[in-house]
This record gives sequence, structure tokens and C-alpha cells, in this order.
Amino acid sequence: MALEYWNVGEEVSVRDAFGRVLVDQASEREDWVLLDADVAGGTGAKPLVGSNPDRVMQFGIAEQNMMAASAGVADTGLIPVVSTFAAFGCMRAHEQFRTAVAYAERNVKLCCSHIGVDVGPDGATAQMFEDIATMRAIPNVTVVVPADANEFMQAFKAVLDHDGPVYMRIGRSPTPVVYEANAEFKIGKANRVREGSDVTVIACGVMVARALKAAEMLEAEGISVRVVNLSTIKPIDVDEVVAAARETSGIVTAEDHNIMGGMGSAVAECLAEHHPARVKFIGIKDVFGKSGEHDELPTMFGIDADSVAAACRELAGK
Amino acid sequence: MNMMNYPLKDLAHQIRVGAVKAIHAGRSGHPGGALSIADMLAVLYFDVMNVEPGNPNWADRDRFILSKGHACPALYVVLAMRGYFPMEEALKLRKIDGFAEGHPDVRIPGIDAPSGSLGMGLSQGLGMAMGAKHLKKDFRTHVILGDGDMQEGNTWEAIMCAGHKGMDNLVAIYDANKLQGDASVKEQLDMGDVGKKVAEFGWHVINVDGHDIDALKTAFEEAKTTKGKPTFIYADTVKGKGISFMENVLMWHGSVTMTDEQLADSLAALGEV
Repeated sequence: MALEYWNVGEEVSVRDAFGRVLVDQASEREDWVLLDADVAGGTGAKPLVGSNPDRVMQFGIAEQNMMAASAGVADTGLIPVVSTFAAFGCMRAHEQFRTAVAYAERNVKLCCSHIGVDVGPDGATAQMFEDIATMRAIPNVTVVVPADANEFMQAFKAVLDHDGPVYMRIGRSPTPVVYEANAEFKIGKANRVREGSDVTVIACGVMVARALKAAEMLEAEGISVRVVNLSTIKPIDVDEVVAAARETSGIVTAEDHNIMGGMGSAVAECLAEHHPARVKFIGIKDVFGKSGEHDELPTMFGIDADSVAAACRELAGK
Repeated sequence: MNMMNYPLKDLAHQIRVGAVKAIHAGRSGHPGGALSIADMLAVLYFDVMNVEPGNPNWADRDRFILSKGHACPALYVVLAMRGYFPMEEALKLRKIDGFAEGHPDVRIPGIDAPSGSLGMGLSQGLGMAMGAKHLKKDFRTHVILGDGDMQEGNTWEAIMCAGHKGMDNLVAIYDANKLQGDASVKEQLDMGDVGKKVAEFGWHVINVDGHDIDALKTAFEEAKTTKGKPTFIYADTVKGKGISFMENVLMWHGSVTMTDEQLADSLAALGEV
């Protein structure tokens, strides 16, 4: 059965896409297994547990063991898709990922849900704001943050085809679908989702839809905003980032992550080296999160479409 | 040089000689814990494991992980003796122009997993064993654990999981040499009856003198025929074994720089004159 995509504009949790693409890829290829730490319901992997229980290795709530074991599973030639919440996969098992997986260049795909204030009511302990920073600091690791459910499925297939350790973020809350079915996804290639000439927003994850919303608001004010989806944060698409700096008067970075060390920092590193430009950072301002609804928290933490628009106005000087 | 028909006792002796030479040449390293595992390494590489040194990444090979990675001088020497690479490479321990890293690295021929951060080896071995079961392959995985490994929570997660899953293609060998970095295990963090605890997690536990070659051989045989449970070989060992002035002496845990005189004394103590 062909993989079914969602319609543009629908609000879909990216974890529904994770479950859907897992079931699809289980029938497409035999070479991977899912490693779960008793959170398949939370990450979105549950449908696979029903459809293909033989493809699931269960570790219970012991993420350090699961992560180091994934390196051993990879040694046998299987591709382990390790899935848990980001706080556990990226932080608790960080050293296991760094030493057992990344240093040994194991072909492990770490797919974590519960990232940013996107988590909502669970509050600060589950809201991971540090994962992009910590994962991209590890050599050999590719970091992918898809913008919506459709892009996630395309990205996941590309990640399975890619040889080497990858970290992927899985959003939890309903997120507007931006991409059409079957849109091309290439690791390392940023995607200009809206043309514009005054300011560029470089965004990832749930912030892509908010950037598009901000761009529409600003169009009415006579500000032309380009929106770039930087779904591969590492390796970064230098050409697309530099083009934005050359062709527009400033860059707003937008992410549901601490502004320290995240996607915005990666963009700033790239610009400082290749084409210094004015940058404003939209992200979590080095604080911990809190409980609230997924549509309330972005405003409180300054990462809603209005915040992106305000930063664009400043850079456009209008 | 094909050493396959040498007596295991002599091979263990050669591992000890090579390890102290490498640590001397490298100007740092951990002799105590390298000497305590020499006998089990000889038995594993020259009797137990099915490997092809000419094809180190052979998919169906038996796996070996030295979770106590700091003891790697002994491992590099046994790999060289088995023919994975020339002995000169093992003697370039910790050198910028060599590949014999201060702790095991998978780019070294014959090294199946990185280690050096304690507590991760058994999990990696468990993953290999689970991969083997999934792929219906019969290769076996062996992991040497040290006292420090047994203090890391990660190791106990792996013990719990392997016992729960009944991984009978996985063998852990606990090199219980009773001394750790700064003091004795009893002083730093006494773990009580480790064998009893591991057995309670569903493992088959075998107690041996870790320097008795025949007892080690028998233990590995027993592990191979034990079904439905992983095996834990509790090897009672002496840190610094074979070099009298190093035996049970904390300062030889490492990382130590060996003088030329200390090397000569070590070789003399091993009976190499």
C-alpha cells in the first residue's frame, strides 16, 4: 500500500507521521529494527508495535543500555532506529551516543520526540531545549529537524538510506502541514519555502509554519520575507544561508530550542565565517520551560508568529 | 608467526611481556589491569573464539569487547599475536604515528567496540547478541568487565536486560582484581556479592580462578552449552598478576610511566632475562 500523505494546511502531529512511515518502511525493507524504551505510545512508534512486533527490540526504561546496545546492533549490519523522548535519548544517554555510536560511526538513527515547548503540558522536565546544541557538537552526526508530518516521512526515508549516525526531532503537537506529498528531501539541502527580498527567516521544525504565517502578515505591510526551511542543521547548507545574507538585508533565525547552541547558532557560525550579516535570534531565551498548552506556550516564550514578525520588522527597518 | 599451537600458558606469558613493553614504549598506560586479564585473553583468542584475523570485519565472527578499555595494551598484544597486525603497531601504544589508541577504537583491526568510558561494554555486547538472534546467526559475544564497570549503572541495566531476554549467546567475564583507580574496591564502593546479584537477574554464574587456564577453558565450554541464560564468569584475579612487585599494589593501576629500569625489573619478574 502506498504511503499516504496529509493535505497542506491540515494540523498533524509529526509523531503520527513517525508511526505511519515506520509501518510503511517495515514492509518496504527488512534491514532496520526499532529500539524502544517503553515509550512507543509517546514517540508515535506504537503502530509498528502492532503491525510488526518482530521489528521491535524492547529495552524497558533503561535508555543508557538501549543507546549503547544500538551500537552493537548496528555492528551486526542491522540499522537501529532508536526512539525515546529527547531528554532521555539526547541527555541521559548522551555519552553512550557520543562514544558507542558516533565515535564508532555506527549506523544508528536516533529519533526523539518531546522537544521544545511543543511538548506542552508535561512541562520543563520533558521540554528539551538543548538537543540540537548537544547533538550537533558531536563529530560524525547528522542533525535533521523536519518541518511537518509530510517532510518527516520523506526525511525518514532519506535517513534510512544515509550511512552514518543521525539525530532526528519528532514534534508532538498538531503542526500545520507545509509540504505537498512526496516533496523531494535531500539531507544537507535547505529548502526555500517562500521567496522574498527584504528579510529572510531561517527556521526549522514547527517554526517553519510560524515563519510562513509571519511572512504573510508582513506582506500586507509591504515587507517581503523569504522563508528557508533549514531541516538539515548539520551539515548546514552554506550556499543557501549565504544567499540569504547576500540577497536580503538581514536574517531571523527561528527554532523551538534554546538560542544558545541551536540552529540559530549554527547559522551564525556559518555567516560569521562566510558572509557576516545582521541576525536576530528567535528561540527559547536560556530559560527552562513550563506547563501550558502547545498554542499558549509559544507566545509566552516569544516563539510565535508575532515574535518572528516583530524581529523581521526590526531588520527590515520598517 | 603462527602461534595457534602454543600452550595457552605460554601465550598468556607473551601477552604480559608484550603489554609491559607497550606501556613502557607508550610512556603511559595501565599495567595492573592489563596483567590481570592476560590469561582470559589467551584462552579467548587462542581457544574459544571463532575469528578470521585476515578478515577482521567478517560478519559472522565471534565478537569481543574489552569494556575496561584501559587494559587495552594486553588486547593489542594478543591481537598482534593472533595476526591482526604486526607487533610493532601494538608497541606504538598511545603514539601520534600509530593506531594503538590509548583506549580501544574500532578503526584498529580486530577491535569490535570502542571503550574507555566504563560501563558501556556489556550493553554494546548485548546489542550484538540481539542482532545475532534477530538475524538468526550463531556467532557469540564476549565482554570483559572490570571492577569499575560493575560500579556503573549502565552495566546493571545491561545485566537486567540480558537476563530478562535470556541471551545465551552473550558471555560476560568479570575480571575481579579488587583494586580500582584510587583505592581498593572495598574502600571506594563495595559491591557485596556481585555473583549472587547477577544470578538474581537471571544469569548463569560460574566462579573461576581467573589465572587458571584449564578452569577458564571449562567455564567457556559451560557457557556455550548453557541455554536460555547469559553466562557471567566471575574470574577471581590478581591485579598486576605475574610481576611480583606489581601484584596487588595500587600504584600500578595506572596510568603510569615506566622507566627503563622498571621495564627491566618487570621482564625479570616475568622470567624474561
